[in-house]
Amino acid sequence: MENRKILKSGEFLVDEIEAKDIFISEEFDEEQKMISQTCKDFLEAEVYPNLVALEKGDRELMKDILKKSGELGLMGISIPEEYGGFGQSFVTQMLVAETTGAGFSFSVAFMAHCGIGTLPILYYGNEDQRQRYVTKLATGELLGAYCLTEPGAGSDANSGKTNATLSEDGKYYILNGQKMWITNAGFADTLVVFAKIDSDRVLSAFIVDSNSPGVVIGPDEHKMGIKGSSTAQIYFTDVKVPVENLLGKRGEGFRIALSILHMGRIKLGANVIGAAKKTITDSVRYANERKQFGVLISTFGAIKHKLAEQVIQLFASESAVYRVSKDIDDLMVKLKSDCVDKNRASIEAISHYAVEAAILKVVGSEMLDFIADEAVQIYGGMGYSAEMDVERGYRDSRINRIFEGTNEINRLLVADTAMKRAMKGDFDLFGEAAKIYDNIEVIDEGRREGEDYFQEKGRYIRNFKKAALMTIHGASGQFGKSLVNEQEVLNNIAEMIMDIYILESLKLRVEKLESMKGSLSVYRDILDVNAYDTAAKIRKSASDAVNSFAATDNVSKLTGGIEALTRVAGVNVKDARRRIADKLIEDNLYKF
Amino acid sequence: MKILVCISNVPDTTTKIRFAEGNRAIDTTGIQWVINPWDELSLTRALELRDDPSNGIKSVTVAHVGNADSEPTIRKALAIGADDAVRVNAGSSDAYFVALQLAEVIRKEQFDIIMCGIESSDFNGSAVGGMIAESLGIGSVSAVSGLSISNNQPVMTREIDGGREVVAMTAPMVAIVQKGIAKEPRIAAMRGIMMARTKQIRVYEPVPAEPLTEVQVFEKPAPRAACRFIEPDNPAQLIDLLQNEAKVI
Repeated sequence: MENRKILKSGEFLVDEIEAKDIFISEEFDEEQKMISQTCKDFLEAEVYPNLVALEKGDRELMKDILKKSGELGLMGISIPEEYGGFGQSFVTQMLVAETTGAGFSFSVAFMAHCGIGTLPILYYGNEDQRQRYVTKLATGELLGAYCLTEPGAGSDANSGKTNATLSEDGKYYILNGQKMWITNAGFADTLVVFAKIDSDRVLSAFIVDSNSPGVVIGPDEHKMGIKGSSTAQIYFTDVKVPVENLLGKRGEGFRIALSILHMGRIKLGANVIGAAKKTITDSVRYANERKQFGVLISTFGAIKHKLAEQVIQLFASESAVYRVSKDIDDLMVKLKSDCVDKNRASIEAISHYAVEAAILKVVGSEMLDFIADEAVQIYGGMGYSAEMDVERGYRDSRINRIFEGTNEINRLLVADTAMKRAMKGDFDLFGEAAKIYDNIEVIDEGRREGEDYFQEKGRYIRNFKKAALMTIHGASGQFGKSLVNEQEVLNNIAEMIMDIYILESLKLRVEKLESMKGSLSVYRDILDVNAYDTAAKIRKSASDAVNSFAATDNVSKLTGGIEALTRVAGVNVKDARRRIADKLIEDNLYKF
Repeated sequence: MKILVCISNVPDTTTKIRFAEGNRAIDTTGIQWVINPWDELSLTRALELRDDPSNGIKSVTVAHVGNADSEPTIRKALAIGADDAVRVNAGSSDAYFVALQLAEVIRKEQFDIIMCGIESSDFNGSAVGGMIAESLGIGSVSAVSGLSISNNQPVMTREIDGGREVVAMTAPMVAIVQKGIAKEPRIAAMRGIMMARTKQIRVYEPVPAEPLTEVQVFEKPAPRAACRFIEPDNPAQLIDLLQNEAKVI
C-alpha cells in the first residue's frame, strides 16, 4: 500500500484528499486490462449471440453460459486461491463487475451467483462450509442464489416470517416459509436462506441445498426486463437443514444480509458503468448512421447535447466507483494485517464504506436509466423496436433502481449512515456543521487572486460541502431525533452528499489524469459542465430543505448563505458539451 | 514436434487511423494493440493440436519482432496458452526485415511447424511467411485453412478455386494460414492470465538486415461524394452527368 491519504466512510464531507491520493481507472495495470478483455471476449462469444434465446426464457442456455464463465475462471475472481479462486483485488473485482455489466440478463445472473450467492459463505462460513461450497461455487460446479426477500418483507427485510426450528434429535433445523424475487432460482444448487430460529427477533442464515426434500421452486416471474434471468419464488416446507449449515452465529443473519447488500450495492455501481458504456457506443453509432434532412443526426446540437450528457454522467460516476474501490482495497489490507480471519476482513472493509456504497448504487442506477432513456430517444422510432439492444437495455436498466435496496432506502442510508458514523466519532461532522451554521453570512470562500483551474474547482466543492453541513446542522437542530421521520429533508441532504462525492471524485480524477498525460481539454469540459450543474443542484436541494424546516426569520439568512456558497463562474455549456460530443462522434465509440 | 506461431501486433480493428511524421507513419497515440486476427487463429489451432496428446506436439512458442512496448500483446498470447515466447528487440520496419529476424529465431531454436497469418490487418502485409521459408530453404504452403498431424507429419487443407486441396509435407515447414483454421479465437482464461506472468519471454537482439522497402506516404481513401438524385423524368441530365462529369460513358 503506497503512502496515500485515505478517508473514512463519509469523512469526505469534512476533509479532502489530493489528486495523487485517488485511484483512477486510467491506472489499471496490464493484467487487469487483460482480465477485462477476457470478460469482453466472453460476452461477444457466448452472450450477445444468445440474447434473444435467453430473453425467451431458455434457462438451460443461461445455465450453460454461466458454467462456461466458471470454466474460464470468471466466477473465482473474488475467491481466494485456497478456495479455488484467483484472489483478485477489490479494484479488479469491480472492473470485472463493470465489464460483465454490459451483458444484460447474463450480468444479473452472473453477479447474483458471484456476489450474493457465493460471498456470504466465503465471508461468514466456517472452514468446512467454505470447503464444501465455496470451492465449487468458485468454478461454477455449483450455482448459487440468495434468499432474503419475502412477500411481506422487502425493504423491511428483518420482518420475514420464514422460520427454523431445531429437530428433536438436534441434527437439523426444520425450515418453513416462502421467499420471492429470487434471482437464479430456476437453476441454483446452493441457496443462502435467511430465517428466524424459533421466536428470535432477528434473522439467522442457512446454507440450503436446493435439491433437499421440501424445497419447491415456483415458475419464473414475467418481468419488465432482465427476462433472461430466472426469478422465482421458493417455498420451504419442513426442509431439513443440517445444523452444520447454519451460516455464522444464530441471530447473525441480519448483519450478514446487510453486509452482503453493501457489497451488492457497490458492485451494482460498477455493473452499470459497463452497461452505460455499451449504451453510449450504441447511441453514437446510430447517430453517426442515421440521416435526416440530408445530414447525420449526430451533427445536430440537440443530439450532441444528449450524447455529451451521457458521457459526462458516466465519466463522473465512474470516477467515484474506482475511488472507493481502492479505498476498500487498502482498508482490506489493513484489516487483514490485524484480523485473524482474512475473509471476514474483506467484508468488514466493504461494509465500512456504506455511505459510498449507497451513493454509487443510487447515482449509478439513475445514471444508467438516464443514459438508456436518451439512447432510445436518439434511436427515435427504432429505439422502440424490440429488435434493438437499446430497447432491451432500457427495460433491463429499470430494475437497478429497485433491487439491492430501493433507491429510496439507499438515499435515506446515505444521509443516515453519514450522520451515524459522525456520531460514533469517525469524524467531526456536527462540530464543523455548527461552526458553519453560526457563521453562515461570512462562511463562503471567495475567489482567491491567482488561483488555478483546479484550485477554483476545489473551492467550489468546499463551499458545496459547507452548504450541505449547514443544512444538516439546521435540520438536526430543528427536528432532533425526529429527523428520521422527515424523509423529504433527508433526501435533500442525501442529494447534496451524493452530488458532492461525485463532483469531488471527478475533479480529482481529471486533475490526476492531467498530471499523468498533460492537459486534456475535453476532460476539463466534462468537469466544467458537471461543476456548473452541481452548483445548481446543491442550491436547489439546500433551498428545498431550508424552506422546509427553518423558522421564517431564519430563512433569508440561510438562503442567502446558500446563494453565496453555490455561486460559480459561468460556463459556456453549449460549446463544452459540443466538444465532448465531437470526441465521441469522431471515435464512434465510448473511449474517454 | 515444436510449433512456432509468428504474431504481429496490430491496432484494434475499431481504431480510427491517423497519420504522423508527414503521413509516413501511423500515429500510435491512444491505439489499443491486439494480436493480428489471423495470427490469433493460428495460435488457437496450434494450441488445439498441442492439447491433444496424440499429435505429439511438445510445445507452442510465439515469436514477435517488436519493441518492449509490444510485450502486452505477447503476454496476451501466453495467457491464451502459448508455452513461451521470443521477442526480437526491433521495430518491425518491413516484411523482409521481419522475416529475416524470425528466420534467425527459427535457426537458433529449431521448430518443426512455423505458422504465420496470411495477412496482417494493419498494412495488409502478406509476405512474411513465404520469405521465412525462402530464407531458411524450407517449404511453405499458403492459404491453409486446416492443419492436422498425421503420422507425425503436418497435413494441410487449402481452399482453391471451386474446391479443396489436401497437402502433406515434411517438417520443418511454414504454414501460411487463413481464416477457417480455427473456429473462434481462444479466450484467455483466468488461470492463463495468472500464469502468463511466470512464462518466459526470451529477448534477442536483431541480426543486421536492411529493409527492402520504405513507406513514402500513407493516404486515406477520398471521402465518398454525396449521392445525387436525378428526377426519373429527366434521363438527359443523367446522361449528361455520366458523360461530362463522371466521364464514364
